[in-house]
Amino acid sequence: MNEAFAVILVDSTSYALRIEKLLKQQGLACKLIPVPRHLSSDCGVCVRIQKQEADVIRTLLQEDQIHFLTIEDV
Amino acid sequence: MIPTATGFPSSKTKDGALYLDNAATSWPKPPGVAQAMAQFLAEVGANPGRSGHRLSIEAARIVYSAREAVANLFGAPDPLRVVFGLNITDGINLALHGLLRAGDHVVTTGMEHNAVMRPLRDLAQQGIEFTQAVCEADGTLDPHRIEEAIQPNTRLIALNHASNVCGAILPIRAVGQIARRRELLFLVDTAQTGGALPLHMENDCIDLLAFTGHKSLYGPMGTGGLILSERINPADLHPLRQGGTGSRSEREVQPDFLPDRFESGTPNAVGLAGLLAALEWLQEQGLETIRTHEKALCADLLDGLINTPGVIVLGPQDAARQTATVAFNIRGMEPSTVGLRLDEEFNILCRVGLHCAPSAHRTLGTFPDGCVRFGLGAFNTAEDIQQAVEAVRQLAKEAP
Ligand SMILES: Cc1ncc(COP(=O)(O)O)c(C=O)c1O
Repeated sequence: MNEAFAVILVDSTSYALRIEKLLKQQGLACKLIPVPRHLSSDCGVCVRIQKQEADVIRTLLQEDQIHFLTIEDV
Repeated sequence: MIPTATGFPSSKTKDGALYLDNAATSWPKPPGVAQAMAQFLAEVGANPGRSGHRLSIEAARIVYSAREAVANLFGAPDPLRVVFGLNITDGINLALHGLLRAGDHVVTTGMEHNAVMRPLRDLAQQGIEFTQAVCEADGTLDPHRIEEAIQPNTRLIALNHASNVCGAILPIRAVGQIARRRELLFLVDTAQTGGALPLHMENDCIDLLAFTGHKSLYGPMGTGGLILSERINPADLHPLRQGGTGSRSEREVQPDFLPDRFESGTPNAVGLAGLLAALEWLQEQGLETIRTHEKALCADLLDGLINTPGVIVLGPQDAARQTATVAFNIRGMEPSTVGLRLDEEFNILCRVGLHCAPSAHRTLGTFPDGCVRFGLGAFNTAEDIQQAVEAVRQLAKEAP
């Protein structure tokens, strides 16, 4: 398993849950975790994903018009 | 028809009373509702979305699933446009107080609940006008009456989908189309119809759909809210409450995004866990099945009451044009006497009086005395209807 992660930062937990749902449907691994301290975010929760899948996921979210703030490496 | 023998809860209380007050609050609830609530308290119970830990996320996941289930049921464009609150009263207040400004005019009807009338009367003190379109004496509405009441400063049409007093169904789709054509916003109070009748925000041109969890959605009290269509810009709606949302915590201004803008304070997640179970049950049963069952019972009840000498039935008197709520009076007997005697002598629980809707009673010609209301639900049976009709028959015989 590749241990390099990225996180999707969002406005609030509802958005994180919506993203989680979509990624699970698409068979993409993700996990909701507290936002790492060094990243500033407006929400306490973010979606952790595999770094190697970040680009695919970014496109997917944009295509589905699912709102997120940024995707950051961690 | 719903099989009542197997696995369905009884419409009788522990002490054998027949519950016919579903229009106030549905009872009993589908078995999964209490179970989901108990399980939430025992196993999940954390503050949804406030903290990043597993249990908090699990709680938020249940709330989000409830949001999705509500969105599906009402054809909402997006689960995040479902704003949860205390009940429908809360949702209607958010819509009316949040949206209206001095100089605006609202068209409503002569069949509204105080959940709409009281906020409108209050707003009238702040320079907001309203007109009540006249309804027929059976509680129904000719959509032309709405059109006639529109003024140049009209901004909103607000009405209930069905009367909580006599069950009369109002033509929301026709009114919605008028609203769209005249570029007005459309608010629907679905308290009496959510889960009981087909409703679809897009097809019915609804911009603001207020709902309550504890009636025909079969969920617990303390759940409900308002759904915003995509024509409503959250920035145009002022929140009723401001405060913590678990988001944007470093800022002391209210968030501008949905649903957080309108959901300050810890939500009733226990209740929403119950509502989710209720909506899953509704989906399993199918709205159509429940409606068919309730319509048949309603037709029997109407038939029984109409054919009882001394009984005056109010409303459309047609199961196809009303919800499974039937209003009546016994000539020569006060509604409060009927209610008390039904309770004490016949073991039947119903609601009498004005049902928080003086306006509707004026339209029906029953103000200020009110009437007796039997509110049927999915768990009532044909025997229940026989028992109710028989009781009314006995009382009517004794009336002077
Ligand atoms: C038509 C209508 N609107 C509003 C309400 C208020 O519902 P709630 O008490 O759930 O806010 C009710 C029920 O009491 C109702 O029947």
